[in-house]
Amino acid sequence: MSTTWVALLVLAAGSYLLKLAGLSLPAEVLERPVVRRVALALPIALLSALVAVQAVADGSRLVVDARVAGLAVAVVALALRANFLLVVVLAALTAAGLRAAGVG
Amino acid sequence: MSGPAEEVDGRRALVRQGLAIGVATGLYGTSFGAVAVAGGLDVWQACALSLLVFSGASQFAFVGVLAAGGSPWSGAATGLMLGARNMLYGLGLVRLLGWRGLRRAGAAQLVIDESSAVATATTRTDHARLGFLVTGGSVFVLWNLMTLVGALAGTAIGDPRTYGLDAAVAAAFLALLWPRLGDRPAVVVAVVAAALALLLVPATPAGVPVLASASVALLAALLPRRSPPGPVPAEGSAS
Repeated sequence: MSTTWVALLVLAAGSYLLKLAGLSLPAEVLERPVVRRVALALPIALLSALVAVQAVADGSRLVVDARVAGLAVAVVALALRANFLLVVVLAALTAAGLRAAGVG
Repeated sequence: MSGPAEEVDGRRALVRQGLAIGVATGLYGTSFGAVAVAGGLDVWQACALSLLVFSGASQFAFVGVLAAGGSPWSGAATGLMLGARNMLYGLGLVRLLGWRGLRRAGAAQLVIDESSAVATATTRTDHARLGFLVTGGSVFVLWNLMTLVGALAGTAIGDPRTYGLDAAVAAAFLALLWPRLGDRPAVVVAVVAAALALLLVPATPAGVPVLASASVALLAALLPRRSPPGPVPAEGSAS
């Protein structure tokens, strides 16, 4: 078996064990207030970072392109209380339209 | 309290949300398949990564290091570092999902950014399970299918960006974040986390900026409170 396959399988096993470890923490650990605060704050930080990176990162560069326009439309849609699917579709249509027009 | 009609609406909304993320994210599997083959892996290795690792950032990191001439071991180490993010997600998921034994062992493979975000955006176990399974399941099926398609067709399949799917994924994350920005500390955490991630993009491998943003949450949660904490709000009272 090639080194690539062995490293790939080690990555696979390790990735799974990390996921399982996260789900196997003892309940008493999770009942501590500080853990609850961390658990509530984590998705806020991670989702916000995911939005930022997904919107303007291109490899290791930051670029402003059609994605930012799509995200801006999503902000307006969310402020107007549009549902999830509409927000996502409007963002996609905005970016796709701009790219079809040769912008971004 | 919610009536039967609202209950059905709530479940339908979760299914729609999960499927929308599944389609938008899963289609990106084409780009992974194409990138993997272009980076020197064969079709089997590309598919094995999507099936067994099933975490986009880790997979792209592995392929990226190999394509840049790095060893498979440094690729695996980078991928594992990125996968630690999924362990953090378990912190928010374990109690909400409430699965044990074999179900938990099976669910673990579906713990990814998208399924965790959808599940932890709910407050009830049945909603969390539904959102987790629909999102994780649809991303898993489409991600693997599209990896195969992308790997076979190479770059000939075209760019999902043409359809604005990259913007759709960003909008999906934003839509999940939106209801959580209810108070000032939450907004501060979100802004600082995004700023930190963007600052790190030019300096670190893909995925690390997002992972590092978790430190903002840890810092915010561990800093001493200036005002005494009020009564803990009941689950679900925020919306």
